[in-house]
Amino acid sequence: MNIIDKLEQSLLRKDLPKIGPGDTVKVHVKVREGEKERIQIFQGTVIGIKGGGMRASFTVRKIASGVGVERIFPLNSPIVDKLEVLRHNKVRRAKLYFLRAKLGKAGRLKEIRQDA
Amino acid sequence: MIKGIIGKKLGMTQIFNEQGQVVPVTVIQAGPCVVVQRKTTEKDGYDAIQVGFVDANGGKRASKAEKGHAEKKGVAPVRVLREFKIEAADAAKPGDSVLVSQFEAKVKVHVSGTSKGKGFAGVMKRHNFKGGRATHGSMFHRAPGSIGGSSYPSRVFPGMRMGGQMGNVQVTVRNLEIAKVDLENNLLLIKGAVPGPKGGYVVIKQEA
Repeated sequence: MNIIDKLEQSLLRKDLPKIGPGDTVKVHVKVREGEKERIQIFQGTVIGIKGGGMRASFTVRKIASGVGVERIFPLNSPIVDKLEVLRHNKVRRAKLYFLRAKLGKAGRLKEIRQDA
Repeated sequence: MIKGIIGKKLGMTQIFNEQGQVVPVTVIQAGPCVVVQRKTTEKDGYDAIQVGFVDANGGKRASKAEKGHAEKKGVAPVRVLREFKIEAADAAKPGDSVLVSQFEAKVKVHVSGTSKGKGFAGVMKRHNFKGGRATHGSMFHRAPGSIGGSSYPSRVFPGMRMGGQMGNVQVTVRNLEIAKVDLENNLLLIKGAVPGPKGGYVVIKQEA
């Protein structure tokens, strides 16, 4: 393994759970307001994971008061305080960009249950 | 001693700063280096130290001349040598090590290296000329255009920008910020790009 790979490996965050496309997640984001820092929660569906290693980022989509909102987070960023996976959904592709065109009930995903 | 070291460019990556922002960095294997020779005004006409980049394979591939030079000074053979000017009163002597520990994060440094060679390049690539249009019967594409008048001055002014060798010259990028110093692995993470290819040697200097 070369030195840059090793360096990146040491900088990766290992405390976050593994996420995949379709997962419903709760992202705890650190927000700075002047001197104060607080936590904001962004909850939605992961519609894609881009890149790998230190450059990886993921897009979370949610519907906020009838308007679709997407936010892209760098996966290893310190601004992500905590990441919770609420449920895994059944999806057949890596990028769920088709969800943008689906409104209301059509945009639902089917859950994969781990029990049984 | 002046703050300077020889490094080997390893490549680029990105890290996060305290604000959580992404910072592009160049990773440089900086040393360990060793002082090989002390030049003095009496003997050499100026004061400097000659510093060598310590080889990973112990100078196995050093030439006879390089080995002889190092042996005379009582250090292990080194293949990459650079000079740093110092004050006459400086106490540096051959065998002293030069390490990344002299640097700290947030300070500005100058980085010199040999830029990537682009060969013989035309004026569009070399000097950012606009060229002509590609289609619609245009017969003027990448040529430089006029380089001066024919009756007066009846010559081409020196320094006229034309095609020629591009790159493969020494380039210094000034005031780059050190993002991080890794003492354990002798690494310097410098914000932004530095001249040269991966594996190229660079000199990092901190102005006093």
